[in-house]
Amino acid sequence: MSGPLLEVDGLSVRFPTRTGIVEAVRNISFSVGREKVGIVGESGSGKTMTGRAVLGLIRPPGVVQARRMMFDGVDLMSLSERQLRSIRGNRIAMVMQDPKFSLNPVMTVGRQIAEAYRVHTAASSSEAKRRTIEMLEAVRIRDPERVYGAYPHEVSGGMGQRIMIAMMLIPDPDLLIADEPTSALDVTVQMQVLAIVDDLVSRRGMGLMFISHDLNLVASFCDRVVIMYAGQIVETCRASELHAASHPYTRGLLASLPRVDRPTERLSTLVRDEAWKTEPGVDARIL
Amino acid sequence: MPASSDTALLIEHLDVRFGKDEDAVHAVRDVSLAVRCGESFGLVGESGSGKSTVLRAIAGLARDWTGRIAVEGEDLGARRTARFYETVQMVFQDPYGSLHPRHTVDGTLGEPGRIHGLANVDARVLELLRDVGLGPEFRFRFPHQLSGGQRQRVAIARALMLEPKLLLLDEPTSALDVSVQAEILNLLQRLKREHGLTYILVSHDLSVIAHMCDRLAVMNAGRVVEELTVDQLRRSEPSHPYTRQLLKASLGYDRAAVDALETFD
Repeated sequence: MSGPLLEVDGLSVRFPTRTGIVEAVRNISFSVGREKVGIVGESGSGKTMTGRAVLGLIRPPGVVQARRMMFDGVDLMSLSERQLRSIRGNRIAMVMQDPKFSLNPVMTVGRQIAEAYRVHTAASSSEAKRRTIEMLEAVRIRDPERVYGAYPHEVSGGMGQRIMIAMMLIPDPDLLIADEPTSALDVTVQMQVLAIVDDLVSRRGMGLMFISHDLNLVASFCDRVVIMYAGQIVETCRASELHAASHPYTRGLLASLPRVDRPTERLSTLVRDEAWKTEPGVDARIL
Repeated sequence: MPASSDTALLIEHLDVRFGKDEDAVHAVRDVSLAVRCGESFGLVGESGSGKSTVLRAIAGLARDWTGRIAVEGEDLGARRTARFYETVQMVFQDPYGSLHPRHTVDGTLGEPGRIHGLANVDARVLELLRDVGLGPEFRFRFPHQLSGGQRQRVAIARALMLEPKLLLLDEPTSALDVSVQAEILNLLQRLKREHGLTYILVSHDLSVIAHMCDRLAVMNAGRVVEELTVDQLRRSEPSHPYTRQLLKASLGYDRAAVDALETFD
């Protein structure tokens, strides 16, 4: 395949409100190859809206505009809702922050995952069950047969998130959009869930868009980082070089983090410059 | 541990249970701690480790506890007195849930003052707003007109209304963005200096505990597995394998370290 898996060119998301138009995402361009790309920013920076826009999940009155949004040679902007449905879930999947709100509480875990599989394939129900159990094993659930028949309230948060990941990965997508997939989890469970995603990216050659507010985590987990502020991309760099970031916003965020290994008397606080909102954004495409 | 005159809080053999008989959850198991006046003491652990329950038992919000809790040398019974709340106050995690949505900032801050019969409530409200870095223009606003950081400032101001000596802080910044977290942590440090406060800070974030505290206790499955100073933590000298694992995980993602993770129960 030539070019990146996903190339977004000039994406904007707007919401009309009583007090005027809110520009949640403003003319951003980025690409995701078969790699882990971290999208970092504070609440309100537009990172979640970026992920949702790629999947066509912004509902009216929200307006999505882009010059192009190429996914594996197809412009997602030109597709009908019906055509988009054949891609969404099947070739691009999304894991949301909290499994408690993403799983159907009155349906067993196994049936939900099997359903996700059968929507996209012509598999029989016994085949779907077999694949589901396999998938639960792949996300390291110890007793997959028991979890298959369990309801969402009977599993822990960490297991719930693994179940979500199993459900999203069962159609074998090319691109996974993970929106704060581990923010609700304990650090050790977080590491285990990330390792599962990490292995899948390297083993299956999947692309990952990892949306997070946690700079340290993104710096240590991703390959490339895109930093968003007020709907724009203000900086992009290799994750390993995040500590040497140059934009004052990125530097300010990094400096405001307390660190175990670097004690300070007082944390530095971020002084926001109005000019950051008007300066042109950065193009984060690698073509 | 003997209770000397500079002990702000003493806990001995604290057990907290929820529910009855076979459904009972033993949330806190045989916890003993001593916190000196003017100290910042951290309680760190993962969800379900019992760290918040310890705070709630002190504050009188978890009633089924056994053992001994003494504040400034005075043993606590089943009920908390008005005087207790003049000494001990609490700040909660969720600034969206802990403020009454239909009370103005003025109503929220004034309430403890009126309940305890303070004479100068009006003047105190203005003083507290200034103290936590909010101007007088915030006085008649409702919570929905405030950002998360501003709400947490209001919650801190409310806790200071009665001029307490001991503040129980339950994950005070985990719902906030990092830049706002830095502002709130700086505020807490300044208030501690100016008012001579003692803090007990509960957090799942070791770096926040390390920044704020002098000593910490690490909890897992209801027990304190280790008590150590922040200096020992910084020198990576925790002795318990659970603390070492927590410290490693909090330093960032490391694929090789994940396979070495253990489960501690």
